[in-house]
Amino acid sequence: MDRQLKQKLGFVLLGVMAMIVVLPILFVIGSIVALGARAINWEFLTAMPRDGMKAGGILPAIVGTLILTSGTALVAIPIGVGGAIYLSEYARDTWLTRAIRLAIINLAGIPSVVYGLFGLGLFVLFLQFGTSILAGCLTLAIMTLPIIVSAAEEALRAVPVEFRTVIISLGGTRWQSVRYIVLPQALPGIITGIILGLLRAAGETAPILFTVAAFFLPRLPHSIFDQTMALPYHLYVISTQVPGMPLHIQHGTALVLLTLVLSMNLVASLIRSYYRRRRQW
Amino acid sequence: MVKMPGQNPPKIRIENVSYSYDGKPALRDVTLDIPANAITVLFGPAGGGKTTLLRLINRLNDLVEGTRMSGRVLLDGKDIYAPGTDVVALRRRIGMVFALPLPLPGTVRENVLYGPKLAGLRDQARLDEILFNSLQQAALWDEVKDRLDDPATTLSGGQQQRLCIARSLALEPEVLLLDEPTSGLDPISTGKVEESLFRLKHNYTIVIVPHSIQQAARVADMAAFLLMGELVECGPGSEIFVRPRDRRTEDYVTGRFG
Repeated sequence: MDRQLKQKLGFVLLGVMAMIVVLPILFVIGSIVALGARAINWEFLTAMPRDGMKAGGILPAIVGTLILTSGTALVAIPIGVGGAIYLSEYARDTWLTRAIRLAIINLAGIPSVVYGLFGLGLFVLFLQFGTSILAGCLTLAIMTLPIIVSAAEEALRAVPVEFRTVIISLGGTRWQSVRYIVLPQALPGIITGIILGLLRAAGETAPILFTVAAFFLPRLPHSIFDQTMALPYHLYVISTQVPGMPLHIQHGTALVLLTLVLSMNLVASLIRSYYRRRRQW
Repeated sequence: MVKMPGQNPPKIRIENVSYSYDGKPALRDVTLDIPANAITVLFGPAGGGKTTLLRLINRLNDLVEGTRMSGRVLLDGKDIYAPGTDVVALRRRIGMVFALPLPLPGTVRENVLYGPKLAGLRDQARLDEILFNSLQQAALWDEVKDRLDDPATTLSGGQQQRLCIARSLALEPEVLLLDEPTSGLDPISTGKVEESLFRLKHNYTIVIVPHSIQQAARVADMAAFLLMGELVECGPGSEIFVRPRDRRTEDYVTGRFG
């Protein structure tokens, strides 16, 4: 076989592989839209479920997921970004910081159902928060932390070290270099990391399974000690636990969840590209 | 009558300073007086300890881990490494200009005013005055007076470096340290930077690591030759480049090595 032919064959083969990467996402989105679009109407988005969830809307699940995601953000963002600033700007290379980094890496590798069990043990039972929004958000926050910390630390470290040296040489403190230069410059990267982390929190089922999710609760939660329905768990329930569930309701629910998650993803990409164009280094 | 630079009282006194990174010595028992209102040049081949010495004068090396230092560095007779020294205040008295122009993100105006703002100055009239004075002294005002709110990165390399000088001057320091400030610049920009140094020395104590032996000879009132962490010889520039006392200095100055 001559070289030209090999070259062409290589291109074709690699091109096909690239297509294979794209195909599943097109297929997933396409089938969910095709099967679920007809379930989407005003009632579906704004009403309580009726008739054993076979009719009516999924409002409590939508609101529940929004609450859980916001609550997770409230807990995970300050701790995650603060920890990243400490690791990137202040921590010296000691056994302690090495242990922290090791913990973060390992935390990222823990299966989500284990977080769920951990949340059940610590928040629901030991701290007696009960099966509640509080317990669910704390569990999701712990799962989200490693994603936020590592993305934020990476974004902070990408800011040239010279900027910090200049601020120090101008009689600035280390905190001033973080506050006025490093943090604003790293912000797009940090925001992207936060959104990616929260995205995962919004879509997970296992961590909320034992800590907050309600099987069927046709009302909105009253306090952080209340249970709530949530989209991923609701989807699991209506897909496996309720016989005779209409197909379009399952796919409609999936479509809502997918839209929520993908639009968060889109926002993250927009922020990233907007700031990348404006960056001065 | 022209006052000889050597007769000025020493602004900075470096006293028996030894310094090492991770056990590797960078300076060996260096003692040097740096006179006020003059340009002192630290020159010599790479790895001689020039930059290290420069960065010790405003304690920028505090940021580096794994270093050891002995000896004293006196500013107006006071040891800047004495416990309880306010390092932030010290760095406001001793400005630093780096080898590469490093404008911070932001406009020309913001760059110049970073130091005073970090120090908490908010008075707009005073800030405007500092902006004008600093750019004027750095010989940059005429070129940027209509571009004060443009991003600093839109200036040319030479302008950026003078902007960095102006940024240091905005703190109204007593000492200005420059680490090869013209290494990235073309000859015309280099000339402009040197020109501003000549004007600045009437009001400031200037210590510079030059980027070439020619530049050292052009700007030096005082010169110190550093070789492998050792101070070989120091004295007025007019002597050290014409009649060096030490054989090694002579070899270096005449281009036999380096």
